[in-house]
Amino acid sequence: MEQFLTQFFNVSLMLEAWPIVSRGLLMTLLLCVVVVPLGFAGGLMVALLGTVEHRWVRWPLVVYVDFFRAIPPLVLLIVIHSGLPFAGIRFSPFASVCLAFFLNNSAYYGEILRAGIDSIGKGQVDAARSTGLNALQAQIYVVLPQAIRNVLPDLVSNTVEVVKLTSLASVVAFHELLYSAEMARSITYNASPIVMAAGLYILMLWPVVRMLSRFEHRISS
Amino acid sequence: MSYGMLEVLKGIDLSVAQRELVFIIGPSGSGKSTLLRCCNRLEDPNAGTIIVDGDEVTARRVDLNKLRQRIGMVFQQFNLYPHLTARANVTLALRKVRGLSRRDADETADAALDRVGLIDKAQSYPAELSGGQQQRVAIARALALEPKIMLFDEPTSALDPELVGDVLTVMRELKDAGMTMLVVSHEMRFARSAADRVIFMDKGVIVEEGPPTRLFKRPKQKRTRDFLRQVEH
Repeated sequence: MEQFLTQFFNVSLMLEAWPIVSRGLLMTLLLCVVVVPLGFAGGLMVALLGTVEHRWVRWPLVVYVDFFRAIPPLVLLIVIHSGLPFAGIRFSPFASVCLAFFLNNSAYYGEILRAGIDSIGKGQVDAARSTGLNALQAQIYVVLPQAIRNVLPDLVSNTVEVVKLTSLASVVAFHELLYSAEMARSITYNASPIVMAAGLYILMLWPVVRMLSRFEHRISS
Repeated sequence: MSYGMLEVLKGIDLSVAQRELVFIIGPSGSGKSTLLRCCNRLEDPNAGTIIVDGDEVTARRVDLNKLRQRIGMVFQQFNLYPHLTARANVTLALRKVRGLSRRDADETADAALDRVGLIDKAQSYPAELSGGQQQRVAIARALALEPKIMLFDEPTSALDPELVGDVLTVMRELKDAGMTMLVVSHEMRFARSAADRVIFMDKGVIVEEGPPTRLFKRPKQKRTRDFLRQVEH
């Protein structure tokens, strides 16, 4: 028991590792602040383009969304960071992560938003267009506000997924939370920094997950 | 006008004079709504010409969004924006299309809401209003843009019977104020008292038309007679 505690819950080691791990935490937060809005904006674009009925818009969009939903984000990240240099295209770890997440997230957020848009009756667009709003205005002022409200739980739970997936950035040596904790572990030969990182992830996301559950419960009842 | 292989409207020839209230009746699937929706090109006719207030709606390069502001439309299902208050429903186009300031738009909206007798509901959301009130807000939303013609697509069909009267009252006031109106509806009593002309449509063509007194009392066509007999009771 004693050994278990020193191996996993060594408080003095945690304190020692805190400067490194806290910097990692900051980088993870920074990553989220960049990647989530970027992905959401991309998703909005995907969803809005999805309302265009022209086949030269529709088909490329289907291919884009299917491709980036099917490819594992870790594989995508490694292709961008370690594959593209062979074609002479080189991205920093941060840029690689941003690009990979943008491609992946815009497809996922896009599909969620599209489901939201589909849930709004066609009469809403008819009414908006009949008063002179153009197609984009009808979407922005009439359809999207209702659509987003309808799929809010899905958007939030996708965002939780995205935050968790930022730990993938450790693979391309981006110094985020998991990478920093792993570094501290390899210096100290002790798992406590990893446990601390796990604790920090849970601390960040648990309130969100709890709120989501309550919200979904309220909707279903 | 056709959907795929199915031709919905064929060879409709109809002109509506200024200040005229033209009433369109006919069995479901006869193309009444489609005819109305072609007038502001919510449906695109694949042949033919539609002219509203001197402008060809069906022209290739026409500024539809500008033109649509002069053609008000009221829908069977009201189609109010549920996330906006009654006033915001009316101001949306005023602000985003007309470019009015919030203050001017609010003023115009309140005048329109007053006209349909709902100024005290300006801050209410559609869900807090009865069907009849919602439809009147929808009328105000169209009126606020000062249209030259109003299209009514079965405006009372989704209403409980006791709420129909309020909407018809507003429509009659519009008629008295000189609005040009094209109304698709089954309210025969209203047609009798308010319409200048009644058109009976079936299977995509105009079967018969005339002043309400004549058409209802002495329909010339057998199809018209059959339809009227079915509706009367």
